Amino acid sequence: MTNDSFAIECKDIKMSFGSVEALKGVSIYAKPGEVTAIIGDNGAGKSTLIKCISGVYKSDQGAILINGKEVNFTNPEESRSFGIETVYQTLSLIEDLSIWQNLFLNREITKGFGPIKVLNKYKMKDEASKMLKNLDVYIPSIKSRTRKLSGGQRQAVAICRAAGWGSSVVIMDEPTAALGVRETAKVEELIKRMKSQGLAILLISHNFDQVLRLADQIWVMRQGELMAGLRANETSGDELVALITGAKSGRG
Amino acid sequence: MKKRGSKSDTLATASVSDSNLISNLRVKFKDPFFWSDWLVVVAFVVVLGFFGLIAPAEFLTLWNLNNILVAASIPTIIVVGQTFTVLTAGIDLSVSSTMTFGAVSFGLAFTNGWSLWKCCLISIVAGAFVGLLNGLIIAKRKINDFIVTLGMLSVASGAALVLSDGKPRQIISESLSTLAINDKFNIPYLMMVAFVIVLIGHFTLFHTKFGTHVLATGGDPDAARAMGISIVKVKIAVYVISGALAGVAGILAISRIGSAEPAANTAILLNSVAAVVLGGVSLFGGRGSIFGPFIATLLLQSLLNGLTVIGVAAYYQYLSIGLVVILSASLVRTEK
Repeated sequence: MTNDSFAIECKDIKMSFGSVEALKGVSIYAKPGEVTAIIGDNGAGKSTLIKCISGVYKSDQGAILINGKEVNFTNPEESRSFGIETVYQTLSLIEDLSIWQNLFLNREITKGFGPIKVLNKYKMKDEASKMLKNLDVYIPSIKSRTRKLSGGQRQAVAICRAAGWGSSVVIMDEPTAALGVRETAKVEELIKRMKSQGLAILLISHNFDQVLRLADQIWVMRQGELMAGLRANETSGDELVALITGAKSGRG
Repeated sequence: MKKRGSKSDTLATASVSDSNLISNLRVKFKDPFFWSDWLVVVAFVVVLGFFGLIAPAEFLTLWNLNNILVAASIPTIIVVGQTFTVLTAGIDLSVSSTMTFGAVSFGLAFTNGWSLWKCCLISIVAGAFVGLLNGLIIAKRKINDFIVTLGMLSVASGAALVLSDGKPRQIISESLSTLAINDKFNIPYLMMVAFVIVLIGHFTLFHTKFGTHVLATGGDPDAARAMGISIVKVKIAVYVISGALAGVAGILAISRIGSAEPAANTAILLNSVAAVVLGGVSLFGGRGSIFGPFIATLLLQSLLNGLTVIGVAAYYQYLSIGLVVILSASLVRTEK
């Protein structure tokens, strides 16, 4: 059932660490312009699956398809070159660098004088402002150190960085786990804006309310296996809990 | 009347902006980073002022200030390299013996009749090679930088002794002695060389991709790796830079002494670590400048020179330098 309307599709992904089978043949997909949530208890294999997609791990078996074409990653850089960006829980922001430096980290714009390449700071600051503005993220000064930002602002910067590189799939690992109520609401707004811009968003979250609020498609995992694939508007929190704990066996 | 009114208006706004300025300054003074950035400049002025006051006739002469600049030139070159390693949260304890190893390689090439330019190149390449070994072992084998470079301190000075058979080699070269003795506009050539390296170091750190990656690697290696920066390459590069600059310092040392000495000058090592700390570079990496450690080097050399000028015995000089370092480290102590 290959479908090129999927932004990304994983087919029968298997991955073992020694004798531990972390993924026992998982198939999921995510559509552009949708939030696709992956939920499951600790050790269900969510993170391992995400890391296979982002190129951190190489799966033992199975295929990853982007827009219907099979791709092979051996590292995160390659995954990124296919338009897959990941916002890790740690955010991967350098505290002592400014916001624009973080937005352009390892993608710096330079101007060349022969073999010597000089950072084009003016252009990077300009583009950085646009990246934030594009997703309606307001931050007082892009020149300030990331250290000075609040948790929500950091999350927003990390998300803008992921969304701002012509990417097609953005993976988010517990994007609001460390945030307060107001900041969580802001990040959720941000996710909705990204969705409306046609990005495929893969969301890992423990927060069922949030998943039901944001997601269009929900994949439930348990002990390395896919339990169910549901449309968010056809399920309930109780059903999700039952599937995660194994009280209810999978369907679909 | 109107005029007076507008005048008082502007006065009022002026005083408002003044109080803003003061409160801004107050905020800045409370920021520990402000002090780690500016402490060294304040301290430098204090040291110059202190010795200028108590020994104006001896300390503040052109000739003496020139001496300070000459004495600071070699430590300056070393400290630029050291700053790069510390910015990645590393350290290079082998700098002084790498410098000696470079100088001895120079001497060997020179006595074999190589041209001056080739000898200089040999010194730099020898230093860079030691740095490459440091970098490879630290970054690839993931062994503690402190241990690796401490071991390399011994290895490089041992290699220098083996290569030179423990004997100094006289280097007679007019170009080198010109470099050591002459000056232009009262700035010694040696300091000019050192200052050019400071400028290149500053440019590299703040105006190139590599410099940003150095800061990122030191600031948060996991985040840097997640963004696709090769931590291994950056780490190797900073130790190569430190080693190569130690090689350059070796050439300057030969020009000053007139011979390639096989004995390591460990004061250079202490100075470089001291100047990095004094200059506001975080020992945790990721934060700092090149000018800070440069001014700190000038400060330390001024302190040594001033103490000599006012007749303090050399033993107390060691003591005072050590105290300054510990004091400054505790003043700028900033938690990660």
